[in-house]
Amino acid sequence: MTEAERLALASLLYQLADDDFLYAYRGSEWLGLAPHIEEDVASSSIAQDSMGHAAMYYQLLEEIGEGKADALAHVRLAHERKNSVLVERVNGPGYYMENPEYDWAYAVVRNYCYTLAKKVRIDSLKKSSYAPLAALAVKINMELYYHLLHWQTWFTQLYQSTETARQKMDAALERVLADFGDLFDYGEATQLIDEMQLMEDQGVLLDRWYQALTPVLVDLNVTLPEMNMTYNGRNGEHSPDLNDALSTLGEVYLLDQSAVW
Amino acid sequence: MTILLEQEIRDALDTVKDPEIDAVSILDLGMFEAMEWTETAVGYDVRITLLPTFLGCPALEIIQKNTESALLQVPRVNTVKVVFLFDPPWTSDRITEQGIAGLKSFGIAPPRVVDGKWEIDCPYCGSTFVSIENLFGPTACRSILYCKSCKNPFEAMKPVSTLM
Repeated sequence: MTEAERLALASLLYQLADDDFLYAYRGSEWLGLAPHIEEDVASSSIAQDSMGHAAMYYQLLEEIGEGKADALAHVRLAHERKNSVLVERVNGPGYYMENPEYDWAYAVVRNYCYTLAKKVRIDSLKKSSYAPLAALAVKINMELYYHLLHWQTWFTQLYQSTETARQKMDAALERVLADFGDLFDYGEATQLIDEMQLMEDQGVLLDRWYQALTPVLVDLNVTLPEMNMTYNGRNGEHSPDLNDALSTLGEVYLLDQSAVW
Repeated sequence: MTILLEQEIRDALDTVKDPEIDAVSILDLGMFEAMEWTETAVGYDVRITLLPTFLGCPALEIIQKNTESALLQVPRVNTVKVVFLFDPPWTSDRITEQGIAGLKSFGIAPPRVVDGKWEIDCPYCGSTFVSIENLFGPTACRSILYCKSCKNPFEAMKPVSTLM
């Protein structure tokens, strides 16, 4: 592997790792605030699994010489992060410890759209030319089955409940799609990721995502809003929400980076 | 000698229980994948490969430490290294007959897939008249159910398969 190829592989791994890291964090912020206790258990469990996935991607980065996994998760600054903007967005106004006015419809729509995209990406990664990544995808896929089942159930049930729920879901879908444009993007590493056959073309993956989502939306009589890109997270462009998330996430680790846990 | 050592290591591994389900060992759960050792002047350096059930499972670190200390009790074992690999992936069909019995005795329905469908029998009365209360449970690998026959809540271990 040439140095340029190693960097392209690292870029892809950062995208995957940072996505699940922030997704897990936003999910964990619902602990104690979810609509009912069963959902508290389910959301936390999914967040825990997803943090496990992020940890494994950071581990793969450590193995190709990018530094220690813990440091990769906690010390990198916002402009070095390659996650999609979708997963860094706050759950709603307010703060976890004070007046959290979190939006459950937004959580359900974001989690469903993201998890469906993750399923498409993982299926592609199972065929990756980088064997350790392909093997990890096989393992993650087994856990993902339950996540997708969960969020698809919420998504269809909320859309089929009251008129208010439907309006909130529509508004959430609008906001999620406005940020979705960078999710399948590979940013600056696109060409090498393609040449090295690390993962399939972003257009192919996006089509698969549409194909999987369309029958669900048709059943619910929902029209998909236009997809846009506010920032391209894959190139390190982010909303201010990311900085806040990183400072909370890294608070303990940054107190004493040499501490033994 | 090597056959004896292998048996002693296996016996030691069988004393390492799931930290949350002490009725089953890591052997029963099928988490054990391989053992290797090299002989030195002071004894054996042993390396054990385990397969994690779920990637984010916080019990893994405890299992790793418990495995190390159990193996250090084996005579002539000098050092122990425990590593987790996710390839091959752990799947629930690796759970042994003894593991299935152990899970049931603990009140957990073992994972069972028949014709691609998850079949759950109540671990207390064997009834199939059960409902899933929550796909997610107290740990990543378990779900929460209710038996409509004997009116007991119980947990089930999620099937994990490459076919899903």
